[in-house]
Amino acid sequence: MTAMTPVPYRVTERREETRDTATLVLRPCGAPIPPVRPGQFTMMYAFGVGEAPISVSRTGTVMEQTVRDVGAVSRALAGSAPGRMIGLRGPYGAGWGVEDAVGRDLVFAGGGIGLAPLRPALLYALRRRASYGAITVLIGARTPADLVYRAELDEWRERGARVEVTVDHADDGWRGHVGLITSLVNLVCADPPNATAFVCGPEIMMRFTAEALEAKGLTDVRISLERNMRCGVGWCGHCQLGLRLVCRDGPVVPYRDVASELRVKER
Amino acid sequence: MGERTTAVPRSALAAHAFARGLPEDQVDRLAEVARYVQVPAGHRLFEEGRSADRFWLIQAGRVTLDLHIPGRGPVIVETLGRGTVLGWSWLFPPYAWRFGALAAEPVRAIALDARAVRVMCAEDPALGYELTRRFAAVMLDRLQNTRMRLLDLYGAPWGRDG
Repeated sequence: MTAMTPVPYRVTERREETRDTATLVLRPCGAPIPPVRPGQFTMMYAFGVGEAPISVSRTGTVMEQTVRDVGAVSRALAGSAPGRMIGLRGPYGAGWGVEDAVGRDLVFAGGGIGLAPLRPALLYALRRRASYGAITVLIGARTPADLVYRAELDEWRERGARVEVTVDHADDGWRGHVGLITSLVNLVCADPPNATAFVCGPEIMMRFTAEALEAKGLTDVRISLERNMRCGVGWCGHCQLGLRLVCRDGPVVPYRDVASELRVKER
Repeated sequence: MGERTTAVPRSALAAHAFARGLPEDQVDRLAEVARYVQVPAGHRLFEEGRSADRFWLIQAGRVTLDLHIPGRGPVIVETLGRGTVLGWSWLFPPYAWRFGALAAEPVRAIALDARAVRVMCAEDPALGYELTRRFAAVMLDRLQNTRMRLLDLYGAPWGRDG
């Protein structure tokens, strides 16, 4: 067994989140991978197709990973029916560090499937609700039909989080908020110097959201970077960003540390 | 049930994000034509095509901007909340609303008489410049946000499967 050997897991449940996104409930066939911290990812292996790095969306021995179909590998993974075997390597990368933010106000801002890696950090905080200050969850999606974990939002509210949802484009039945996720930042209930924000989504969305949060006075804003990862362990260099290897040194990083690098145009 | 209005405390006007930093004499002049309004959820503040005779500084609650599309009914194009400004069609001819506005939740706001403000701006270029500058900033922000929404950020693949 090496760091590159996948551990077999079986899909025990598949929940369709949107037209192209599914959450897989995964149970180890034997010894599980080491415990996963919120914000970490695994390399998921669709046997015979290939491997892709996917965030863990619920931690535990029986864990969940939410996969969006954006290519051959993720299509095979997202379409995995209950009973199917897949391989996992990991967990890899730095987590959100929600465990270290005890006593602080928390802001979670997730765009699209970017909510997936935030979910275990939010659930961690909700399980220890008294240990944290105000918890605000900002969710952005393209349309109402593209919202993930929609069935859980009321439960998050009941457990003590303020949850605000916005869509870029409303459909006929939508009566909620319409606009960019940055338009929700005004609704954040937080004492800025005593708040930690966790932001995940498309890179542009993270930049604008992080800047809006900083403009509100938050100084501790963390984002989860997205790069082309292959090995997951810092060997291959595919995910290099400046001096960092995102798989090893990220994916979660302080926004301030990478803000200038995110403005560098790729050739 | 419609709006309930009362006179605006000067301090409430000066405290709103849009008016913050305005010279005292300008706040005083605007306060003369401002009314403090409370609007119940579901109340329509204005209809598309009607005369744009007011604008609102929202203090609490949310307002949806919508457009009636034949066969579909009203479709929401944007939501405005606390600290934002509702309405700029009063600034430019033909002074008619381009969209409709509905209180999505109970709204507390400061409503200003747009005709009176237009007269003030014509009489006092300093006030006119300051308001135009502030509305331009609001428009810039909304234009940039609209452009970002046009990019369809969430629609394009950005997953790790590349």
